Amino acid sequence: MDIYLPVAGLSVNALVIIALGGVVGLLSGMIGVGGGFLTTPILIFYGIPPAVAVASATTQITGTSVSAVLAHRRRKGVDYRMGGVIIAGGLLGAAAGGAIFRLLQNLGQIDTAIAILYVVLLGSIGILMAKEAGTELEIFRKKPAARPARRHNPVIAMLPLRWRFYRSGLYISPLAPLILGMIGGMLTVLLGVGGGFIMVPAMIYILGMSAQVVVGTSLLQILFVTAATTMIHATTTKSVDIVLAALLLAGSVIGAQVGARFAQRVKPELLRMFLAIVILVVAIRMAIGLGWRPEEIYTVQLL
Amino acid sequence: MRAARALFVALLAPLAIGATEPKLVPDVSQSRIEIRYSFTGAELLLFGAIIYPGGRAPREGTDIAVVLKGPVQPLVAREKQKVAGIWMNVESARFRSAPSFYAVASSRPLSKLVDERTSAIYELGLNNLQLSPGTGAPLDVQRRFEAGLIDLMRRHQLYFEDPDGVKISEGVLYRARISIPARVPVGDYTAETFLIQDGRVIAGAVREVRIEKLGFERFVATAAERWSFAYGLTAVSLSLLLGWAGSAMFRRG
Repeated sequence: MDIYLPVAGLSVNALVIIALGGVVGLLSGMIGVGGGFLTTPILIFYGIPPAVAVASATTQITGTSVSAVLAHRRRKGVDYRMGGVIIAGGLLGAAAGGAIFRLLQNLGQIDTAIAILYVVLLGSIGILMAKEAGTELEIFRKKPAARPARRHNPVIAMLPLRWRFYRSGLYISPLAPLILGMIGGMLTVLLGVGGGFIMVPAMIYILGMSAQVVVGTSLLQILFVTAATTMIHATTTKSVDIVLAALLLAGSVIGAQVGARFAQRVKPELLRMFLAIVILVVAIRMAIGLGWRPEEIYTVQLL
Repeated sequence: MRAARALFVALLAPLAIGATEPKLVPDVSQSRIEIRYSFTGAELLLFGAIIYPGGRAPREGTDIAVVLKGPVQPLVAREKQKVAGIWMNVESARFRSAPSFYAVASSRPLSKLVDERTSAIYELGLNNLQLSPGTGAPLDVQRRFEAGLIDLMRRHQLYFEDPDGVKISEGVLYRARISIPARVPVGDYTAETFLIQDGRVIAGAVREVRIEKLGFERFVATAAERWSFAYGLTAVSLSLLLGWAGSAMFRRG
């Protein structure tokens, strides 16, 4: 079933795109990641122009994070104050990311930059997750902890202007989550990812937020920042394809619900191990793409 | 486009004076190609008749070449090189007038029909496109980029040459099929037909073909371009609505 994408300017098989959305939704429902890191590269492999893939994947993530945020809100798993600060940082980061995106586009290095960022981020996170899940599953032996982990990071404790974040159980400077949010926002614009796979570990290990509010707050940030990013892409790069986003969403909202049900029956460590493997496969595929001589060494950009 | 057409007419004007030469009556199967929701490409038929003055019998060695050309556009071509183990864009070249689409079909290979000078004048063949390179780069570098650009466009099926795509029956009627891929750019195209005898272009005619998005596809593309803020808001609301509807539907079920 072919369908024409008006902004991308080419035809795709609608069922393939819906299925892709479904698989990504399944993962996000099972594991709680947005799945943008899978959608964008797969869309690019499929032949969608990178700019359109990044922009439309962002729109899709907004949709998949809505239901998750609502669920966490009912469980009081969202720290709005912390969320507000991170979102403010995210919007600044998204604006900066937009400028970087255009600069790289004009230099002709956007594709390479996207690929390198993906390889570095996904590679390191995949390895960390595989290690952690492997230890839990007793594939690797647990190392005895040398010293108890510190809850408070000394650098962050040094920052001025402390605020109280009750739900997170923190008394820290808002600058730390602001900067963290900025990094997340930049990644959203450049890579078409929600950034949850970076934000969640950073919130736990760097900020020291209490675990009950981490996922909900991260999702709240993703919701707002991806919505803002869609607006940035729509008004500057003009590469949001609403038909592509709708097809992806149709698959992913259903996949997410099925995934959430399925997740209750499977060991979470097993799911994380699975996700780690998927992430590593994507990273390796992108790394090969960078190092291999491409079939076509010329590319064209309209002026 | 108009200037190109005027030039074209001017080039052929001397030919029209003597009524001893054959004339062309060309047509196209569609003067408008519409891109709609399930557009996967189209096929354009260029056909017509060769009229010989005084009912003279058709002569052997009469050939036809047809060219379908899209609007020209300025672009930059980039070339990847291996830098520190990574293939990345290094050199680039600008072209001020690369056609967005170029297809040529002829009844025999072009090199056998016309000499280099003639094919350069009429822009016949992929090696004769007037790309107007915009840099002062050395000629061999320019050539390399031109070849790279043409090769890329061929892979995307936006440029092609079909050396025996034109069929002539009884020396009078001719037809050629040109296939148009799904990722064809929109705009005003020209379909040119050339009648060639003894290495000379003795008659020519132009028809215009318009390729455009219609209906919903046109509305979306225009909205994304012109009302980008409202378009963005619509995209965000659509995704919020679909996401919320999905979770609401499953909670009940």
